[in-house]
Amino acid sequence: MNETALLINTALASGTTLALAALGLLINERAGVLNLGAEGMMLVAAVAGFAAALTTGSDTLGFLAAAAAGAALAAVFGLLVIFLNTNQYATGLALSLFGYGFSAFVGVAMVGKSLSPREQVAIPVLSDLPFVGPALFSHHPMVYGAMALTVVIAWFFYRTRSGLLLRAIGENPEPAHALGYPVRAIRLAAVCAGGALCGLAGAYISLVTAPLWVEGLTAGRGWIALALTVFATWRPARALLGAYLFGGVTVLQLNLQAQGVAVSSHLLTMLPYIATIVVLALISRNAAFIRLNMPASLGKPFRPGS
Amino acid sequence: MSPPRLQLSGIVKQYPAVRANDGVSLTVAPGQIHAVLGENGAGKSTLMKVVYGAVQPDAGEIRFDGAPVRIASPAQARALGIGMVYQHFSLFDTLTVAQNVWLGLDKSQALPEVTARIREVAAGYGLDVEPERPVHTLSVGERQRVEIVRALLTQPRLLILDEPTSVLTPQAVDKLFVVLRRLADEGTSILYISHKLDEIRSLCHHCTVLRGGRVTGEVDPTRESNASLSRLMIGAEPPALKHDASHAAGPVALEVQDLSLPTSDPFGVALAGITLELRAGEILGIAGVSGNGQQELLAALSGEDVRAPVGSIRLFGQDIARHGPRKRRRQGLHFIPEERLGRGAVPTLSLADNTLLTRSAGVGRGGWLARGEVAALAERLIARFQVKAGGPGALAKSLSGGNLQKFLVGREIDAAPKVLIVAQPTWGVDVGAAALIRGELLALRDAGCAVLVVSEELDELFEISDRLVVIARGRLSPALPAAEATVEQVGTWMSGLWDPAIPVEGRLAEA
Amino acid sequence: MLKLEARAAPSQLMTVASPLLALVLTAVVAALILAAIGQDPLAGLRVLFVEPLTGRRQVSEVLLKATPLIVIALGLAVCYRANVWNIGAEGQFLLGCVGAGGMAIWLTTQGIVLPRALGVTVVLIAGMLGGLLWAAVVALLRDRFNANEILVSLMLVYVAQQIVNALVFGPWKDPQGFNMPQSVMFHASLHLPPMLERTRLHVGFAIALVLAALVTLFLFRSFRGFQLQVGGLAPAAARYAGFSARSALWTGLLLSGALAGLAGGMEVAGPIKQVTPYLSTGLGFTAIIVCFVGRLHPLGIVAAGVLLSLMLIGGELAQSRLGLPNAMASVLQGLLLLILLACDTFIHQRLRWTPSRKASA
Repeated sequence: MNETALLINTALASGTTLALAALGLLINERAGVLNLGAEGMMLVAAVAGFAAALTTGSDTLGFLAAAAAGAALAAVFGLLVIFLNTNQYATGLALSLFGYGFSAFVGVAMVGKSLSPREQVAIPVLSDLPFVGPALFSHHPMVYGAMALTVVIAWFFYRTRSGLLLRAIGENPEPAHALGYPVRAIRLAAVCAGGALCGLAGAYISLVTAPLWVEGLTAGRGWIALALTVFATWRPARALLGAYLFGGVTVLQLNLQAQGVAVSSHLLTMLPYIATIVVLALISRNAAFIRLNMPASLGKPFRPGS
Repeated sequence: MSPPRLQLSGIVKQYPAVRANDGVSLTVAPGQIHAVLGENGAGKSTLMKVVYGAVQPDAGEIRFDGAPVRIASPAQARALGIGMVYQHFSLFDTLTVAQNVWLGLDKSQALPEVTARIREVAAGYGLDVEPERPVHTLSVGERQRVEIVRALLTQPRLLILDEPTSVLTPQAVDKLFVVLRRLADEGTSILYISHKLDEIRSLCHHCTVLRGGRVTGEVDPTRESNASLSRLMIGAEPPALKHDASHAAGPVALEVQDLSLPTSDPFGVALAGITLELRAGEILGIAGVSGNGQQELLAALSGEDVRAPVGSIRLFGQDIARHGPRKRRRQGLHFIPEERLGRGAVPTLSLADNTLLTRSAGVGRGGWLARGEVAALAERLIARFQVKAGGPGALAKSLSGGNLQKFLVGREIDAAPKVLIVAQPTWGVDVGAAALIRGELLALRDAGCAVLVVSEELDELFEISDRLVVIARGRLSPALPAAEATVEQVGTWMSGLWDPAIPVEGRLAEA
Repeated sequence: MLKLEARAAPSQLMTVASPLLALVLTAVVAALILAAIGQDPLAGLRVLFVEPLTGRRQVSEVLLKATPLIVIALGLAVCYRANVWNIGAEGQFLLGCVGAGGMAIWLTTQGIVLPRALGVTVVLIAGMLGGLLWAAVVALLRDRFNANEILVSLMLVYVAQQIVNALVFGPWKDPQGFNMPQSVMFHASLHLPPMLERTRLHVGFAIALVLAALVTLFLFRSFRGFQLQVGGLAPAAARYAGFSARSALWTGLLLSGALAGLAGGMEVAGPIKQVTPYLSTGLGFTAIIVCFVGRLHPLGIVAAGVLLSLMLIGGELAQSRLGLPNAMASVLQGLLLLILLACDTFIHQRLRWTPSRKASA
């Protein structure tokens, strides 16, 4: 296929991890909970998914195991932060640090092992279209999954009463509590759902992108996903778009390295991270704009007054 | 003889530090407007939370229409037919009126249906409400109307209103009473929580008085006087203030000239052409419904907002528009904000440490702290202003509202300011502390300090101010000597109606 | 039904007992993990927690590793108390290594031999500058662009790692190093003076203790330190008081960057004596844990630094003696922090058993 189409194809594939993680974090943050443990959850889920796929030979089980692992860790985080009211920043960090260690520990036996490369699934008819076909319609099922999830989540947020309630809780949990809604249970559910998606994101790397396991496999994608939610001003479609753009940057620098471009490979590896910083700075510049779009209760503890 | 709509017997609710309700009994007849009177901290809010299902009592029985019930959640209360109009905390700013109401109802209907019903009910009761408007664009009075409409949509048999008039202009209060009387005539019982004696006497059929968590009386308010109600409420007559009325004001201390300030907060109010003059030895009161620019004006005056145009704020002739709070304090301007915990004081720090926020006792050369001096200042303040606290080491959050306010007011008064600006000096404060604070402000004025008081309590402003202005929609009215002002006139001005040029629609249409 | 309710006043008992309880619980989990992978729990616990303290040599290693942890965590404590969430201490540490290493390499290759005190000081200051500058980037982006310091500082960690790699595979590669990615060894005049003979422990540890005392003075005896903490506790109160949030931001970040850079300089001029790609085993992140376990208090941080260093060394010993994966130590560290955060909540809250109410008759 032609080069640009290939670029787009790989950008989408590469961005899918970020997309899944960002969507998960979006659900969290829209409910008002900031989960800095994304990287840790993704790592543990990646190793769990990898182990499951390695032993059973089934990718589906791998993804399921990963989602369960992500949700489980998220549940621990949620219980601490929502019910015991521990500091959200510190607890999220602790979760990430724990996740680094735990995934390394559990994955020791599997370091360097790899799975066979995954097949792309070409959508019949559509994938035969010139340019657009190979670019958009010839992917691993999870790539389509991410796109579908974006639509579902957007529909949930903006077209259902439960989604409205979730967003309202993210703005201000007090009125919701006064009206009698179980704010904490709803937040916990959001956190677990977010954790499951982060789990899928982690598994996508260890099962599809790599597909292997080494310590620290996710290389900061969890943190980049956190930045993406800001970049997307907490909207699902923009999160997807941003994820693909970052996927594009990653793929671009890998291609440049492969082509032996005269820039140090280390500098090229820095690109996605520097890009994240630049984007973050540009988006955050307008403080009023951010305040208008950010769920107002994000990061703040909620204590139902007896 | 139909059974009482609501009957509470022996309700008890204990919190870690206080017994909020101590064996409270109350009976509300169908179609009766029943007042629950008590000063701040008497237990009224807790009792209402019990009735509304937000809080479970530790003991006692509740009967609704004669049958014993257990109200375990607000949803159950709604199912029984109990509606609640909250004082705060019940609307989502970023959603529309219709979305808010929708979330407040139990599942059954779709949004378009709800929107249509909102219009119906609002029209039926003469309440002006637009379903598509985002709540953050509404004035406080309009928000209350939304709360009422939401409660009415559930066709309540008992409606609870918690301090509904603290956010209304006098004219709006009258309109509210019309709606409430109509509801009562239609058979809805109303529980009216308040500490305003005049209102209770004019509106309510029956009144239960609470003090310290207990019922001290059940009376017909139309047959009582303010003095007798006050005696039930606080055990004494309302303290009379020594008011030295014969007083000429001195030179101009603080001058604001044409201050216009765009808002930095998407939900804030821009200031437009504010001009005022504050003289030494006088108290200028700024009246107004909350949300009309008070916060923004106070921030510009205190120095928390330094964007004011150069020359627009002068202290004794010197331009301070760009000075920060510490510089203004050094020049003699002190400020007491309305938020005590979190702004006036740090909740988790001791009283001693909290003095360091605005005072420099104990800060030595080179910036080293002398803890002994800091604690000594706190002790002095505690003694002089009768603050009930566990000592200078007591955490700010361990004090009651009234005591903390006495401490904060004392902290600034003790600094012998030349200009003192106070916001809501007695909000949420018990009667004794309120009297002490007002007395101190008057004493300060008599000693020659220039005092600016921003308050939503008109009674308070009339009591202590020498002159009055009204803030509405970010603009300031002309000043009136307090002796010549009337509640009606000030009430009208609170809607922005002193100047025909000011647009009155939208936010402020009869607040 | 079990209910969590606020205490009227913080519990003295729990304030002291919480870290101990967390430690015990962590040890219990460690024992469970050991049993699960077929190791004798008691033997394993002994190697992890007790072995590192037996013998002069072992203790010196513990103190050696504790040094950078304490120094970095002291800076982070100031930052976190100001509510500035600098997570990128690892990156600032690495840039400290770069700064100090660069200075040392330059002095060594230029053949400049300074008196030891001066040489070491110069190298350490270069390290501080490196870390400080790296943190300044974070401060600038937050100050000017309102960019979240957590994410920026973290991204800069990855960038810092690549910078080290680029230098050590490129211009700093020792021409006589058999093409290995490492720099020249620093001249002896630039090595940190030892503190305990026949061990690797150097004066850095003493410097760490002095710094702990200085930070204590700053936080609890200076008006500046007070202002910074008010900003972290109640931002609106700080604005009301007129305490500058911007000043707190820069103070916190520059100080923590400088201290992380100093730690980097001490590592590079201390045990390692050259620049390699393996300068840090996540010290910057472990320091975050040290900071929290030490309750953001300098004295607690010294104790916590020793404790976590103990666990790291224990982990290494467990790897060599029992064949346990090295990652065991980092699992336990993360776990310690999580459990501590949970235990700490009981300082301000407590569990109450309330009998469920029957419907009133």
